[in-house]
Amino acid sequence: MSEVKGEIVDESFMISAPLSASREGEKPDFAVLGDHSTKQMPRRQFLVISAAVVAGVLLSGLDGSAKSVSPEDRLIHIPLHFFDAAEAAIVMAAASRIFPADESGPGAKEAGLVVYIDRHLAGPYGSDGHRYTQPPFEEGVLELGYQGKATPAEIYREGLKGLAGFHKLPPAEQDKALTQIESSLFFSLLRQHTIDGMFCDPVHGGNVDMLGWQLLGFPGARMSNYDDVDKHFGEAFRPAAVSLGGHPRENEE
Amino acid sequence: MKTLPNADVVIVGGGWTGLLMAKELGSRTSASVVVLERGGPRKTTDYFNTMDELENYVHLRMIQDFSSETVTLRHNDRQKALPLRQAGTFLPGAGTGGAGEHWGAVCDRMSPDSFELFSKTVEKYGSKKLPEDHAVQDWGVTYDEIEPFYARVEKLIGACGKAGNINGKKIDGGNVFEGWRSSEYPLPPTKIPYFSALFDDAAKKLGYHPYPSPAATLSAPYVNPDGVARPGCTYCGFCERYGCMIGAKAQPTNTLMPVIAKHKNVSVRNGAWVRRVVFDKTGGNAKSRGVTYVESGQEFFQPADLVVLASWTLNNTRLLLLSGVGEPYNPSTGTGTVGRNLTHQVSFSPVLAFFEKPLNKFMGSGAAGVLIGDFSGHVLDHTQLPFIRGGTLQAPSHGYGPLGTFGAVPKSVETKWGSAWKKAAIYYYDRAGRFSFQGEHLAYRGNFMDLDPTYTDRNGDPLLRMTLDWRENERRMADFAIAKSIEIVRAMGVTDFTPSRGLGSYDARVYQSSHLQGGTIMGKSPETSVVNPYLQHWQLSNLFILGGSTFPQSSSARPTLAMLALTCRAADALVDRYLKAPGPLAGS
Repeated sequence: MSEVKGEIVDESFMISAPLSASREGEKPDFAVLGDHSTKQMPRRQFLVISAAVVAGVLLSGLDGSAKSVSPEDRLIHIPLHFFDAAEAAIVMAAASRIFPADESGPGAKEAGLVVYIDRHLAGPYGSDGHRYTQPPFEEGVLELGYQGKATPAEIYREGLKGLAGFHKLPPAEQDKALTQIESSLFFSLLRQHTIDGMFCDPVHGGNVDMLGWQLLGFPGARMSNYDDVDKHFGEAFRPAAVSLGGHPRENEE
Repeated sequence: MKTLPNADVVIVGGGWTGLLMAKELGSRTSASVVVLERGGPRKTTDYFNTMDELENYVHLRMIQDFSSETVTLRHNDRQKALPLRQAGTFLPGAGTGGAGEHWGAVCDRMSPDSFELFSKTVEKYGSKKLPEDHAVQDWGVTYDEIEPFYARVEKLIGACGKAGNINGKKIDGGNVFEGWRSSEYPLPPTKIPYFSALFDDAAKKLGYHPYPSPAATLSAPYVNPDGVARPGCTYCGFCERYGCMIGAKAQPTNTLMPVIAKHKNVSVRNGAWVRRVVFDKTGGNAKSRGVTYVESGQEFFQPADLVVLASWTLNNTRLLLLSGVGEPYNPSTGTGTVGRNLTHQVSFSPVLAFFEKPLNKFMGSGAAGVLIGDFSGHVLDHTQLPFIRGGTLQAPSHGYGPLGTFGAVPKSVETKWGSAWKKAAIYYYDRAGRFSFQGEHLAYRGNFMDLDPTYTDRNGDPLLRMTLDWRENERRMADFAIAKSIEIVRAMGVTDFTPSRGLGSYDARVYQSSHLQGGTIMGKSPETSVVNPYLQHWQLSNLFILGGSTFPQSSSARPTLAMLALTCRAADALVDRYLKAPGPLAGS
């Protein structure tokens, strides 16, 4: 692959087998890997994608034009913590329809969204570590907020079942499938996580190379705006972005 | 249960009010003071690498863990209350400093008539103007009595602003509608970012009286009367919901802890979750004996001569109810006092405006902005209006990140995902500005707190149940704020804007503010209040209660400055009078 432009073709990523299976030349064992209900650590799955897709191939200029800067063709293996490889492929494809790469710049796939969502769901958020989960679970008026029992991880797992084969559909068919689930809780989580993963600090796995921030001109963890906060009235002030990963971590124990 | 050595004073909660009381007692007396804080320790250097919007704005790292304890809510007593399973409408703090660590640091004063809301309203309009089911009360203190304490805490935190009324003399550029001040702010106002400056121009053009937001984010380096030095704000924008990485925003950890740390008679015990106030019910001589708490699974009894409740506003009420201190409020009979007068604030965004030019809104601070007081409760003439009281309208420049604001697009954009939406959302990302209105929420007989019959916290104690909804007065006030906001955005040259749909029912899903009041209110009579005007419990004279739970109803100002002022007043009464001769400080 020499250059990625505009619409990303589906062949730019491939479903991988689990590491042990692929080493042995076997077929992916999704039945085993899909079972996350046990405490037993599942064998690790990897998302294998072309390095040309993620990590700084498409950098959007401030004028919104996309340009290719490192047309490198090599496969990288990204370890998955929550999804199995098939689920990751679906999430990547769906997030890319919510936030596509197009003439207004790179999208979810380029920003490594699936890596962010995968880590997010594997952490305390995914298992409702900070939500009040005492029963009884009862329905109430909407203003009291989500009262369901299902965790975000469970909502994803269930929602993804309904999108089996999604990543293999042509874009127009994909949009049709997403339109059908637009009002579901799963879709609203996926949409929210797509935004979060596009624009969070890259230390969390999304917003690779600060691609999302460059789309917006958001400078990230910029320490001081003292000299600028009351200037630049009526014109875009876009200082260079900086990630938390770029700061020295002096207080680490 | 392990019984610990007696302390002269035990303070429940290590937030703004608890630590301010600890500082006052620690530095002015030799009393042994134990502060019990259920969260972990915090200090300024913890915040050095926390400019992380996902962790703080979305994952709410600074906020109380709702998996351990939450509240239940119902709109009225015909509904079944359900737990707020995740944080939303308000954000209680966790750890040393409490919500004072992640606050936005706007530090305005309440208008003088707020403290005598019932009397002044009846005086002005007669008793029929108040809604029939209101529970509005006077505080038992007046603004004139509070003013010296307001001035003192403004010096403590380094309040920045422009006075609009010094000893009765009106000053242009400040809030000309504010109550008298004995002196100018300790520091000049913070800088005014573009969006707020546009609002300032338009408001002036329309004949309103804009003024810079009073701020506890320092406009310049400052040393307070305790000798605590803090640097000026850099307007990084990682402010509200964050701890300040340099200590420019006044927080208990950077303003009070440096003083407390010098006094060996004060200790702060983290991880101590207080469950009960222990007291003797012996007739006319009722006394609290201390508190019980759980730490790492072990139960302790901390005996003390004096008990001060300074946990977050809702939890003060819950502790009294769990402990059986005082009589729970009964909304049908109007008897009992614990849990009455629950109020929030009419806090919402009346309009979202789309500008032609970018706003550079990543720059700002939690307290940067411009306000107008022209729609305040004491300024409006309500004779021809369908509501009473009012609020302040603000164009804030908090400093905004993309996770909190991306996706605000005009109504003409019909999709919420895909290429067309993405293009619009990127274009409007830095062109969308929100006003903010903060109005008074009257107290009503039907808005109150008691213990939930079904749901419990992680220790098995019943959750607090809130019965709360808006009434027509708040809905009409909100509609008025929306209409006025539209007038101002038009004067700002904006043609594309989305007005709020108004209040509807109380919505726990949307962040409003963390300004909850009531439950253990102060007042002139034990029949209708829990504590006297010195925040001393009417029945248990060695129990004091600090914070927003003592406010009889909300004002349109942010509550923190009044909480601090009332805490200073209570501290003076304790040091100058109570500790010399323990007993009731006020007669009913």
